[in-house]
This record gives sequence, structure tokens and C-alpha cells, in this order.
Amino acid sequence: MRVDDLSVSFRAYAGLVKAVRGVSFHLDKGETLAIVGESGSGKSVTMKAILGILPKNGRIDSGSIIYDGQDLAKFTEQEFYQIRGKKISLVFQDPLSALNPIMIVGKQITEALTLSLGMSKERAKVRALELMNAVGIPDCETRFHQYPFQFSGGMRQRVVIAIALASDPEILICDEPTTALDVTIQARILELIKEIKAQRGLSIIFITHDLGVVANMADRIAVMYAGKIVEMGTSDDIFYRPVHPYTWALLSSIPDLDTKEALVSIPGTTPDMIHLPPGDAFSPRNKYAVALDFEREPPMFRVSDTHCAATWLLHPNAPKVEMPELLANRIRRNAEERIADER
Amino acid sequence: MSAEELRPILEVENLSKHFSSKRRGRTTVVKAVDGVSFGIWKGETFGLVGESGCGKTTLGRTIIRLYAPTSGTIRFSGREVSGKMTGALRKYLTDNIAMIFQDPIASLNPRMTVQEIIGEGLKIRGVTDESERRRRVEYMLERVGLQAEHATRYPHEFSGGQRQRIGIARALVVEPSMIIADEPVSALDVSVQAQVINLLNSLKREFHLTVMFIAHNLSVVKYVSDRVGVMYYGKLVELAESDEIYHHPLHPYTKALLSAVPQPDPHSEKSRRRIFYEGPQAVPEGALAMREVIPGHSVYCTEAGLAAYRRERDA
Ligand SMILES: Nc1ncnc2c1ncn2[C@@H]1O[C@H](COP(=O)(O)OP(=O)(O)O)[C@@H](O)[C@H]1O
Ligand SMILES: Nc1ncnc2c1ncn2[C@@H]1O[C@H](COP(=O)(O)OP(=O)(O)O)[C@@H](O)[C@H]1O
Ligand SMILES: [Mg+2]
Ligand SMILES: [Mg+2]
Repeated sequence: MRVDDLSVSFRAYAGLVKAVRGVSFHLDKGETLAIVGESGSGKSVTMKAILGILPKNGRIDSGSIIYDGQDLAKFTEQEFYQIRGKKISLVFQDPLSALNPIMIVGKQITEALTLSLGMSKERAKVRALELMNAVGIPDCETRFHQYPFQFSGGMRQRVVIAIALASDPEILICDEPTTALDVTIQARILELIKEIKAQRGLSIIFITHDLGVVANMADRIAVMYAGKIVEMGTSDDIFYRPVHPYTWALLSSIPDLDTKEALVSIPGTTPDMIHLPPGDAFSPRNKYAVALDFEREPPMFRVSDTHCAATWLLHPNAPKVEMPELLANRIRRNAEERIADER
Repeated sequence: MSAEELRPILEVENLSKHFSSKRRGRTTVVKAVDGVSFGIWKGETFGLVGESGCGKTTLGRTIIRLYAPTSGTIRFSGREVSGKMTGALRKYLTDNIAMIFQDPIASLNPRMTVQEIIGEGLKIRGVTDESERRRRVEYMLERVGLQAEHATRYPHEFSGGQRQRIGIARALVVEPSMIIADEPVSALDVSVQAQVINLLNSLKREFHLTVMFIAHNLSVVKYVSDRVGVMYYGKLVELAESDEIYHHPLHPYTKALLSAVPQPDPHSEKSRRRIFYEGPQAVPEGALAMREVIPGHSVYCTEAGLAAYRRERDA
């Protein structure tokens, strides 16, 4: 899949909400791309555009979403029907709202099979039990006949994943699939998603606000701020060689288990998406901002074959600035551990 | 050292809070907090971690007596506060311990201005002079990084992080000696979490506060706390200084929790071995207690378990 210069806006009472502003990325076969950003940065809207499920007041202003040689941005509802939940499946943050509370869990999985794949009831049941087994739901035969409320949060999310996998999709989009879960349950679900990906050769778009979570999951990472991708690279690029001040800020605002230094907080709050500041939307909160940041939006600068970022700091004439000390220390510490491990 | 400094400012002893509910004639009991003992020293930040439903909030609310304990005792500055509720006891508690809540939206009355929200505690404590109240509210607003002008606005006009600052100002305006912060950053965006954590840390120093910091994120708890207690299904299962618990976790649940904390380091994440905890093994209830493995580091275990933990700790 290749998304090019995608822009989405919403008509709202207070004005036009520019939720996604020229987003481009590609997703290779069998890879996991993480999209990371704070709430309101446009992650979910990007996914909704890809799946053709934008709310009525929203529309794609420009750009293309090329999948399998076709442009999803121009698809009709009828055409989306062939793709959504079949070739591309979605796992939401909140498993409760994704499930029907008054239908037994087994039926919800078989329905995905009979309705969208036209499977017979008998075959669908066999397949559903296989899927439940594959996502690690113990005692499937009994669980098949139970209602969602009889499942814990982690088990419910497994059901949702089973439903998403029912059609044997090529792409799985996970929108904050573990945000509502406890850390130990989260760890299990992440392991499950990794396992499924390895077994089925799926491509995954993994959306989260928590950079920590994606260190374990992602091949590549796109960092989003105010509707734009501000830095994109391999997982190593983003964690060990970040160049954008927003990525620096995100990384140094969370403690890891070794952090002793004062956290670097980002002053202020995310911008109003109706009245965006001129220039780089992050500049009012960016202590490394140069004068140009307040006037002109920076283009994507290329850092390496795999790594790019939109910040004027990468301009050849920009002043040289260092990342926050906390982050530099952490990266150094991690590198030392890595070297020690390799010995 | 005075006698006061030899004892923790907060002492919780064998505290239980059980909720019972009747449905169709059958009574079910939830042992939300079950036989928990610990102390918090003056000026210390004590972190409490555990997964949702393990009883953290109930423990906090029982300490400030929003709930009556089922059994056990709580002492604050040597005075027992777990007995029968009286007007004097309520006043003593609200004068001394304030709470900061997780959800900055639900915990602020939408129909009150910021001035009224923060000033309410002063009013209750008999600060009748309105200009005095206004002065102290404005002072507090500035201390928490807001502006005096914000006093006349309503909660919905603020972002999540700003609302949490209002909650902090409300807690601190009455000059308590201890605050219980119940997941104060869990509902906030990561970039804003650091603002609130740094703010709490600096206010703690400025006002010489004792803090009980409740959270489910072990990285955050470890970062802010001097000592950490780990809760599992109503029980405290491990208690130690935060570096100790991180370098030498002993209880299998603590190990599971630590191994699950995502770390911003792809290399170590990819080689990391997750430990899963399947719940305690069956041992007679009476055989289990908090036992000290080394000074300051206790684990909930049997006598035999203790010997094994000592060997493990020494290894
Ligand atoms: N139906 C809608 N009407 C108006 N604005 C919307 C609508 N849906 C989303 N938005 C706005 O779009 C922006 C991006 O939202 P979203 O993609 O949901 O963020 P997130 O990164 O948290 O998933 C936000 O500013 C949000 O308020
Ligand atoms: N007011 C109440 N009535 C009945 N049960 C409750 C009440 N408050 C909490 N519980 C139960 O007590 C247990 C502990 O809850 P809580 O203290 O909120 O946990 P935590 O804060 O660690 O997530 C849970 O099983 C919860 O359902
Ligand atoms: Mg979202
Ligand atoms: Mg709680």
C-alpha cells in the first residue's frame, strides 16, 4: 500500500478541522509500520480514510491511497465492501464497542465467515474454533457459547483479533489495540500480534500514542504531529538516531526504568486544528525552533535511505543543536548494554 | 531524632476493605483490600503499583476514610484515624491528607468556576474572607503553572493537563501534609505527563509533602518513588526501595510486571523474555505473610518461601 499526500478535513461548527495534512507513507508486504502521535494528531482519521469509514462531515481533500493497483481514495461504498474486513481488517482500541453484547462470541466470529466469505455454517464453526485457538483463547468449545461480558478485557481483544483474522486479510490495522489493557495483558496481546504476523505474513499498521510499545513491534515508525508525519524511519532510526525535536520531546518526556534525570516536558498543548499556527505547527512548543519555523513549514529532509524528517534543523544552514541530555544518555546507556550483550 | 521521626507519618496495619453485594439472595464478597500493612515516612514518595482492579484506589480511599475499613488500623502522625467517624476526625483528615484523582474531567464540577473549585476547601475550613480566598487561589494557580486570570473560567475551557493542574491546586490549597495521587497522569497525553510529574516533584519539595503515588505504569512509579509497594488482588505482595525492587524483584508477580513494562529500546525489547504470572500456588492462607528478605525488602510468602527468596537475593 502506498499513501501519497493524503489530506482530510472535517466540517465542524467552529470551522474547518484540518485533521490530516499531506500524509505520505508506504507499507511493504510483511512489515509492521507504527504510526505514533498524541491524541488528536490524526492517526485514526488517516486509518478511517484508508478504510472508507470517515464520518459524514469528513472528506478526503486530496491525495491517493494505492492498494493493489487501485486508488482507495476514489472508491465508492460499494467498492469498499470488497476490501474492508476482507483484504484489510481493523482492530480497535475498545474491544467492548467492537463486539455485540447480546450475541455469543462464537456466532460473531462465524458471522464474519458466513457473511463475508460465504462459508457454510458447519465449516464456519470449525474455522472459528481454529481461529479462537490461534489467538490463544483457552477452552474454545465452552468459550464459543459465551457472551462478551463473560470475557476479561484481554480475552475480548483476542476475540476481536480472531474476527479481524477471519477473512485472512493482507493488511491488519491495529488502532491502539492495547491502550485500555493492563501492562501484562498488553505484553501478551503484543506477542500474539507478532506471532500472527510471522505465521501469516501479514502487513500491519500499528497505531499508538506510546512509543515504548512500538519498540517491540515495529519495523518502521512514522511520528505524527498535528496531522503531519514529522519523522519517519526504521525503528533503530527513531529510537537511536532521532532528529526531529518533537520525537526528541516524546522520547524524553517518558521515563524508562533507568531514568533518574528530570523529565523533559513539552510546554503547552497540542494546537487547535482549526486555527493552526503559521509555519511549523510544533514551533510554539519547540524550544529548538528557529525563526524560519514560525513562518514556513519545513519540507521533508532526507537523512538516509530509510530516514527522513520535517524540520528546518536539517537545512544545511541551520544552527547545530543537540538532542536533550536525558535522551542522549539513554541512547548511550542502551548502546553500552547492547555491546555488553553482544560479547 | 524526635519520637515523631522514628515512626512513619502514615501507618497502615492489617487493613482490609471488603465489599459485599447481594444478588438473588446470595452474598458475594470482594476483598478489594485484604490484610495490607505498610508505613510511609514523612517526606517520602511511596509508589503503589498493580493492575486495574487490584485494590489501589480502594486502599487510597480507605486511608482518607471515603470508605470505612472492614478491619485493621490506620494511624496518621501517631493518631488512629480508622475508628468511628466523627466531625473532629473528618476535619483532622481533610486538614492533613488531600487526594488527586485520575480523571481530571470527572473530578471537577463543570458548573463551578476554577475559583470556586479550588476555594471550596478553604471555605469549608472557615476561610470566610472572600478576598483572602481569592488571593490564596491565585497564588496556588501560579504555583501549578496556571494564571490568575484562569480563576474565573470553567473546567471545560481547559485541556486535560490543565485540568489536572487545577486538581492539584485544589488538593494543595489547604496545605495538607500528605497527598494521595491516584493515577494522576494515566489519563494524560505522554507529552503532558512529564509536565505533571515534574510539577508534582517540585511541589513536593516546595511544600515538604509526603506523597502516596498510585499508578499502573511501573516506569512512572519507579521514577517518582523512593519506595514501591506492589499489589495483587487486594494483597501487598512486595515492598522495597524502588531501585531494589527493579534490580532484585523477588515475587513472581513483580517479575511479570517488570518484564512487561515496554521500554523505548528496540534492541533489548526484541531479545526480552516476558515472564507470565499465573496466580499464586495453593498454600494455606495462614502460612502467608509479608516477610523481610533483607532489611527494607519484604515479600508476601511462606516461611519456606522466605528461605528461597533469601538465597535468590544473595545469589
Ligand atoms: N467527526 C469529526 N468532526 C470533526 N473533527 C473531527 C472528527 N473526527 C476527528 N476530528 C478531529 O480530527 C483530529 C484528528 O483526530 P484523530 O485522528 O481521531 O486523532 P488520533 O491521532 O488521536 O487518532 C482531531 O483534532 C479531531 O478533533
Ligand atoms: N464501591 C465498590 N463496591 C463494590 N466493589 C468495589 C467498589 N469499589 C471497588 N470495588 C471492587 O474492588 C476491587 C478493587 O477495585 P479498585 O480499588 O478500584 O482497584 P484499582 O484502583 O487497583 O484498579 C475491584 O474488584 C472492584 O470491582
Ligand atoms: Mg485515535
Ligand atoms: Mg484505580
